[in-house]
Amino acid sequence: MFIRLACCRLLRHKKLIYISIFISFLLSFVYVVVLPHIFTLLQKPPSKIQEVYQYVIPEDSPIVPTNSRCTFYDCFNIYRCGHKFDGDFKVYVYPVAKHVDKDFIPIGGKISKEYHSILSAIVESQYYTTNPEEACVFVSSIDTLNQNRFRVKETSQALALLPHWNDGQNHLIFNMVPGTAPDYKTVVDLSIGKSMVAGVGFDSWTYRSSFDISIAIYSNLAISLSNNYTFKYRTTFISTIQTNLHNDFITSLKSIEKQKSTTQNITIRVIEPCSHNRHDRTIICHENTTYNYADILADSVFCLILPGPRLMDMVFIDSLAAGCIPIVAINHVVLPFFEVIDWKRAVIMWSETELNTLLDVVSDIPLDRRKEMSAQGRWLYQTYLSSLKIITMTTLKILSQRLHPHSSDFYENWNLRPHPVSARNPLFLPYMSDSSGFTAIILSYDRIDSLFTLINLISKAPSLQKIIVVWNNQLKSPPHFSEWPKIDVSLKVVQTTANKLSNRFFPYREIETEAVLSLDDDILMLTLDEIEFGFQVWKEFPDHIVGFPSRTHVWNNKTNTWKYESEWKNEISMVLTGAAFYHKYWNQAYTYIMPNNIKQWVDDHMNCEDIAMNFLVSNTTNKAPIKVTPKKKFKCPQCKNTEMLSADQGHMATRTSCVNMFAAIYGRMPLKTVEYRVDPVLYRDVFPTKLKRYNNVGEL
Amino acid sequence: MCFLKTTRKPDTLLHLIYNANDVENLPSFMDDWHQSLEVGRPPAAQTYEARQQMPYQTSHRKTNKNCRMETCFDSSRCDKDFRVFVYPLSELETTCVFVIAIDTLDRDPLSPDYLRNIPVKMQRLRHWSGGRNHVIFNLYSGSWPDYNEDDLGFHTGDAILAKASMSVTNMRPGFDISFPLFHKKHPERGGEPGFVRSNTYPITKNYKLAFKGKRYVLGSGSETRNSIFHLHNGKDTIVVTTCKHGKNWKDAQDERCDVDNTLYEKYDYGSLLKNSTFCLVPRGRRLGSYRFLEALQAGCIPVLLSNNWALPFDEVIDWNKAVIWADERLLFQVPEVIHSISETKLFALRQQTQILWEQYFNTIEKIVFTTFEIIKERLPKLQSRDGIVWNTSPGALVSQHSYTNYLNFNLPFNYHLFGKQPSPNFTVVIFSQHNNLNTPLYRLVRNIAASKYLTQIVINSCSDNNGKSGYQTIAGIQILVSSGNGCRRFEPLPFIKTEAVLSLDDDVILTSDEIDFAFHVWQSFPDRIVGFPARSHYWDNGKDSWLYTSKWTNEYSIILTGAAFYHQYYNTLYTQWLSPLLIKTVEQSHNCEDILMNFLVSHVTRRPPIKVSQRKHYKEQANNGMPKSPWNDPDHFMQRQTCLNTFVVLFGYMPLLQSSVRFDPILFKDPVSNFRKKYKQIELVSN
Repeated sequence: MFIRLACCRLLRHKKLIYISIFISFLLSFVYVVVLPHIFTLLQKPPSKIQEVYQYVIPEDSPIVPTNSRCTFYDCFNIYRCGHKFDGDFKVYVYPVAKHVDKDFIPIGGKISKEYHSILSAIVESQYYTTNPEEACVFVSSIDTLNQNRFRVKETSQALALLPHWNDGQNHLIFNMVPGTAPDYKTVVDLSIGKSMVAGVGFDSWTYRSSFDISIAIYSNLAISLSNNYTFKYRTTFISTIQTNLHNDFITSLKSIEKQKSTTQNITIRVIEPCSHNRHDRTIICHENTTYNYADILADSVFCLILPGPRLMDMVFIDSLAAGCIPIVAINHVVLPFFEVIDWKRAVIMWSETELNTLLDVVSDIPLDRRKEMSAQGRWLYQTYLSSLKIITMTTLKILSQRLHPHSSDFYENWNLRPHPVSARNPLFLPYMSDSSGFTAIILSYDRIDSLFTLINLISKAPSLQKIIVVWNNQLKSPPHFSEWPKIDVSLKVVQTTANKLSNRFFPYREIETEAVLSLDDDILMLTLDEIEFGFQVWKEFPDHIVGFPSRTHVWNNKTNTWKYESEWKNEISMVLTGAAFYHKYWNQAYTYIMPNNIKQWVDDHMNCEDIAMNFLVSNTTNKAPIKVTPKKKFKCPQCKNTEMLSADQGHMATRTSCVNMFAAIYGRMPLKTVEYRVDPVLYRDVFPTKLKRYNNVGEL
Repeated sequence: MCFLKTTRKPDTLLHLIYNANDVENLPSFMDDWHQSLEVGRPPAAQTYEARQQMPYQTSHRKTNKNCRMETCFDSSRCDKDFRVFVYPLSELETTCVFVIAIDTLDRDPLSPDYLRNIPVKMQRLRHWSGGRNHVIFNLYSGSWPDYNEDDLGFHTGDAILAKASMSVTNMRPGFDISFPLFHKKHPERGGEPGFVRSNTYPITKNYKLAFKGKRYVLGSGSETRNSIFHLHNGKDTIVVTTCKHGKNWKDAQDERCDVDNTLYEKYDYGSLLKNSTFCLVPRGRRLGSYRFLEALQAGCIPVLLSNNWALPFDEVIDWNKAVIWADERLLFQVPEVIHSISETKLFALRQQTQILWEQYFNTIEKIVFTTFEIIKERLPKLQSRDGIVWNTSPGALVSQHSYTNYLNFNLPFNYHLFGKQPSPNFTVVIFSQHNNLNTPLYRLVRNIAASKYLTQIVINSCSDNNGKSGYQTIAGIQILVSSGNGCRRFEPLPFIKTEAVLSLDDDVILTSDEIDFAFHVWQSFPDRIVGFPARSHYWDNGKDSWLYTSKWTNEYSIILTGAAFYHQYYNTLYTQWLSPLLIKTVEQSHNCEDILMNFLVSHVTRRPPIKVSQRKHYKEQANNGMPKSPWNDPDHFMQRQTCLNTFVVLFGYMPLLQSSVRFDPILFKDPVSNFRKKYKQIELVSN
């Protein structure tokens, strides 16, 4: 529309007619030629797993026996894996093919939709490559998920015939149902040479540390269990949910069931397969009554999981999804993704031989802990186990961490549920700083007299190591170096390129101390004792903002908003950076980690940078700032706090809106309100002044 | 479309077009097989003896490579409690873990510390029974030239190996414990702090990466050590090696040895540790080396070149938070890898080196206790702590099972992490040494009862009263008098339901404003002791000992528990975790329990206590204007001095820390109307 109108206007100028014709031509070109292509480009690329070949496996085709002693360091060829440091590596997926034996009988069932999903997930991921030459890891398209669905020998032969097989080196074999009756091996029975197994149901003998990946079985029922979840009162304390348990387990559990239900108010329910329909996984039976599998899971606090035919099956996934806390009593089991997931947070690990004492211990677990475990289990399910795509991506992420261990995620990243009020203090070392001094950073624009007075004042502070003046005026150069006060510490003037408030919080390389004393250029009333004492307090509380001018925020019930408050009150929640000590790290965080819209707003409006800093620190640490000494006036004895002047109502309104806006951006009010300040130990004590370390403290 | 490149004969390959568009029509991997007909395996054998008959149980004579906790460890011995038995003490029925008193640490036959007749000695052990429930500690195994990890020179059978330099693949998973390699002079307790005393950001060191050590011209480990010199650039990366080791190094020296040896002499190992951001930790003859712990202590982030090494206690420690793994096969990528790490991450890694060093490694005691804690956590009946507790300060050794009861959030240390706060109420525990309840107590109770945060008042009475506890009404307030606690001030009383405890002597004077204000401060610092009467300690060079002082000074390091808030958890820690020798010192002197509590809390948190408000005299004044005895009793005072020094010996160091700050209400003594002040009574308290 707009462009067409523009064309009409152009028509008035005859000279421009040709141009308009040209533009119309260009437009039609866009409509006719480019747009359809854009749409095709935007469409999901067609599935790449579609070329299908048929291979005939000769009867005497060789197999490579599995090397049970493989480790990442001797069976895996790291040199194939590129030189990237961001955790990236490439996976090649063989084209889907049909494999038949010499009599043209297929060696296994059709590719399952689950395996198809796994391959699709890889193909759609950043790890995928079509070029086997640049691949680090190879994934076969022969569906090996369920050992009951393929012939072992022929499949091993088929794998060995893969064009890049190379004794299985760097190949990843996916398997979810290992072993077949009667011995149910705990790892897929294929002969795979040096291949890695991404498998389910390993025991601690068959799992090769640092090499195999213990993954999760996919359960198609789990999603609906997870969607119907509520943490309500659950009538059954412990349920078993497997229908294929060995009789010995059933017998001993039944006896526990009888014993306990008479003596205690805790119930244990041992379910059985339904005799009328053994094949339906959605129903189970208990004492001749048929129940919905889903209802049992949703109504039990704990789900007892015992060894089935295989060590790990879907019931584990189902109970996590349903919020029924799994009690895993399977000796030697290797849990899914155990190398990154701390299952102790969501699962109770028990010994299958000590079921008789289970109830006593489990009934001691307090209610809030149960809630926590249930929620954690569901979160783990949703984050790592809930779809084949997610399972596949978790597997590849673990592989990536093995290839690039320095870019591994920490325990917290894998195991802590994101929570709005949790915090990760980047200054977590429990220490009292030994720093011998601090760097003063003064923000200045053009008040040279005031600035020089301030420099002269603070330069006498024994702990001062350096002064950095951030000269934020682009129209006027800072005074010539000969005009600056002659002081004993080094003084550095930083000429900024734009008059932005965030310049005062830039992590300048010149700041070599741990602590920064941030100052406005008109803070002229601090005494040396106050400065020294403030620094001492910071050394004792190095992860807090420690400073002199304090403010608070209060909730206004009428407007349902926060109000910024500068009156002398009994509480504080902010310490302004016009005169405050803090760790230099916060400059880094302010400049590079803080939400950019806050930084942008501050720079656009030339206000609230101090409030932003308080929000940042409190949001990161969940701690309040510390106000030192009663000092409340900073500029001159006669001056009242400028923020208290009624003339500055506009200023106050802006600050109030900052508080509300920042709270909205963080999604919570991170500021903490406290009712204390910090004074020297002997403050106001009737005591000889010469014995007091900080005397000149206390004038307002 | 693209065709498969293949080297196979064309006749084995037939093309077939397969319609993959309707994926939904594909079968499920769970189809086509009668799952419901399958039956699970029977339970493992009930008893330890029966489990021994299982097929994978092989001979006891060598190390039983198949051991797992479920098969080789008899956890029924640990049902009641986790007890450790050290030979040759008398027999204990309830012993869970046995430690033999034979030095198995050094099993290198070439070493002077090698004990020759261990197999004979082992046979004499009364409870050995194939090594069941035994832990064997070992630092070195194997010898020149192959340094075989398994070669201990004796058979360990079913015993758990707590062994240094193990490889991930050689460890019996969940059974053996990877152990740190430490020097012979490693202190038993006390221990040195980490070197990082100033947590500067960003880390600015002279060198990015450093290494100074031997290279082996021949034999195990020589490949890696002989190649690392390639990393040396003389600028930000200092990697210097020497060929000099053993007696016969000259026989095998190569052409680089002279150059290397000269360069090697130019750098000092200690100063490299201090002045480098990263320290290279390559394998030596064995996978582990001393320099791992040395680098950790120095806050020099270890860069590991020791493929397959199981790092110490990796079952519970997330080493990714403190070290960088490099791959021996990719030596030349090391510089690139370490340059790719952000300053923010470096900052975190370095802090974590210090935390781990001080929590688990700086004394032999901690190393051994950590080993036992790991075994303890494996037993299903004894609850385990999650990775947050293990990998954050102050760590698992001071986070006791019995209190946490599966819950970690109620410990005093983690509130900020989870955005929680301690519950907003407290229990007063008045410690009374007298039989009759005296007059000041009435006033005290009235003042306490005025606090709206008070949940309950408990009097922990020294009188025996046949161990009976019951309610009494004092000044109209119901008070629980608990007797029969053996006059133990910090007994974890079951009546305490709050996290905060206000501990009081029975003759204390405090206003309700002071109590409320102190409680408010404590809520911000729930891991510290927050209270009124402050004391200090200092080192006297002349007397060569620590002195205790109650004089007014600019600092303090002790808050007396006669009037202080602290977390209930510290009662548990005091009673169950402190060495019995410390408790004995207190019980024999009938004194110093408050000093010991301060030692404990400062030791755990590495922070000083907090003094609140101006009040100094918190006791009823006697007629002469001096506080009543025993506080002015010189003997009492001397005793406290002695305690201080005894505690330092038993802790192995002085844990107390000085603070020079006092917490006051925001408007304290400000020239505004008293009506505007929240804590008015505090204004009137004089010193």
